Amino acid sequence: MTTAIQYVGTYLERFTEFQSRTRVEHLPWLHRLREDAFARFCATGFPTTHDEDWRFTNVAAIARTQFVLPPIGAVQISGADLQPWRMEEAAVELVFIDGQFAPELSMLDNARRSTFVSGLEETLVKHPEQLEPHLGRYLGIRRDPFSALNTAFAADGAFVHVGRGAILEKPIHLLFVSRAYAVPTMIHPRNLLLFEEESQATVIEEYVSLGSSTMLCNSATELIAGDSATASHYMIEREHTEAFNISTLRIQQHRSANVASHSLLLGGGLVRNNVHPVLAGEGGECLINGLFIGDGGQHLDNYMYVEHASPHCSSRQFYNGILDGRAHGVFHGRIVVHKAAQKTDAKQTNRNLLLSDDAQIDTKPQLEIYADDVKCTHGATIGQIDPDALFYLQSRGIDEMSARRILLLAFSGECLERMKPGPARDHAERLIRGHLLSVASRSPGQNDVSHGEPVTERSWEEVG
Amino acid sequence: MSLLEIRNLHVAIGGGEILKGIDLRVNPGEVHSIMGPNGSGKSTLAQVLSRREAYKVTEGEVRFNGKDLLAMKPEEAACEGVFMAFQYPVEIPGIGNTYFLRSALNAIRKYHGDDEVDAIDFLPMFREKLRFLEMDEKLMNRSVNEGFSGGEKKRNEILQMAVLEPKLAILDETDSGLDIDALRVVAKGVNAMRSPDRAMLVVTHYQRLLNHIVPDFVHVLVDGRIVRSGGPNLALELEEKGYGWIEGEARQAVPVSGY
Repeated sequence: MTTAIQYVGTYLERFTEFQSRTRVEHLPWLHRLREDAFARFCATGFPTTHDEDWRFTNVAAIARTQFVLPPIGAVQISGADLQPWRMEEAAVELVFIDGQFAPELSMLDNARRSTFVSGLEETLVKHPEQLEPHLGRYLGIRRDPFSALNTAFAADGAFVHVGRGAILEKPIHLLFVSRAYAVPTMIHPRNLLLFEEESQATVIEEYVSLGSSTMLCNSATELIAGDSATASHYMIEREHTEAFNISTLRIQQHRSANVASHSLLLGGGLVRNNVHPVLAGEGGECLINGLFIGDGGQHLDNYMYVEHASPHCSSRQFYNGILDGRAHGVFHGRIVVHKAAQKTDAKQTNRNLLLSDDAQIDTKPQLEIYADDVKCTHGATIGQIDPDALFYLQSRGIDEMSARRILLLAFSGECLERMKPGPARDHAERLIRGHLLSVASRSPGQNDVSHGEPVTERSWEEVG
Repeated sequence: MSLLEIRNLHVAIGGGEILKGIDLRVNPGEVHSIMGPNGSGKSTLAQVLSRREAYKVTEGEVRFNGKDLLAMKPEEAACEGVFMAFQYPVEIPGIGNTYFLRSALNAIRKYHGDDEVDAIDFLPMFREKLRFLEMDEKLMNRSVNEGFSGGEKKRNEILQMAVLEPKLAILDETDSGLDIDALRVVAKGVNAMRSPDRAMLVVTHYQRLLNHIVPDFVHVLVDGRIVRSGGPNLALELEEKGYGWIEGEARQAVPVSGY
């Protein structure tokens, strides 16, 4: 493949440049990790739609764009620029500009001994021994070329260590801000979130843009939940629509660990959100909850790969999608139940609302079950705003636009209800409300509903 | 001036004509009952008056309070004072019953330039109405009509009516599917709403409801036309003889219109 060879050459140049400017030296294990990952990426190249996992998402535009690394050095951003994105209720707020940790813009509170939060690169410099046992151990570079690419270029991101038995009431906010440049840029944020035994905390990863230009944000997060730990993770994508955003959350759950992953895809042009939990210890529970709202030409792909590797674990996937304009949504939920994972209870539900004729959703369940005593169910629905419900609201005096917004909020509310009440959920709710206000007002009343045409709803449900 | 004035109303849906020239005048304070066999166009009339857009008006006019009702959107009609209690109230998961009702009340208040009612002021008046309709307060914390029994749904409609205080209340087959206890509660709620400023249009197939909500006028709708109008006794006559005789008569006679 000539094109593949072309871009591999470009990435080789970038990789050489990246290695020459890294602040972290004398860590042979890290060097090897990156080299192996880069070799892996070169061997596979970017995925194509012939690849089953990428059937509905074409990343050719990423492959043919020549991305450069953003300039390194002093960050020319003031605190005021960030004000709209800040989360006041956060216990800790780490700000990353173009993927680089910006301590002067962050709000750190490491007074508590039980929890340590810092930039990944800084930790690699100061305490590499804390990272070596975990970094890159869980994220599979063989499964996904983007994960390989991230690992090759992994320099900075967040390191969160929640100590044994520590309980954080307020969330940790990781704010990734990308700036606009004259040439396409790429960043590869890499986070390591370590939850020790019986700890409990919430981490919010949020991606936003200052200005608008072509860029690739290819992030990867490893989340390790120790025995009986309770971890909540939020992925919030709010970048501008020229952004390519690929994110991967790899969760490793130990015995009786309880992990909730909430994804909120509101922004971005081409977005792929991978969530890959491995239920490695008995009695684990995993909730994968998501909401994606797209319009214009947005492409929002939600890919889940849930691995049940131990007995008596349960997983729940609930994704709701709202698509308007020419937006294209994808829900790909793969559940693998390994032979040892008896008494697995796995459930998957994907519900979608299509608000325009040109909006599209591809929803695909994939079950691979090797154990013989399991319960796996999956179902999906595709529909429109219920005209009866719309009329009911209008007949009580609520104008059509508000009625549509109320119904969209209700549909989104299903996802909000699955979040634990608290600042993180409030934050998510604010963002959803604000976003739906613009979606509802952009969908005028001339859709099918007012002509009384029958609603088309397709659904399927299977129990296996 | 009549509150509602319907003149020669023709309505079609999907190519077929359902209403074939309805004339009806309703004054404030009056309760009119529209009776008729299945498929006669009763519910269509109710839907058109509440401005369901699926129904196409091909001829005629409707004035409400002197204004052209057919030019209004459903929310405008509601804000002007038209309320329909649905035959099949819609379940709306994810929207709290209280939130819904307060949003509706405030939408109407805003339309009239009144201040919005906040949650604190809203609750007391709301609780009182709940008690009157013998409704469990827990229903208010649930989503609109979701998982409600048939009786609870109908009572919820009457509750909405009581809160929104319309000028014209249309009850579309409110009695269908109700046991006698629920029917009594619903009728009690409706009767409490009767006032010299408010008119009601009670659409029903059976006379049963009219034992509890006694109308001033009864109109019999057959095949899209009002074929007979009279006092409350007409309902009793229908109950006794069924619709057959009047349908037979209707085929021969020239339609009687108005009241």
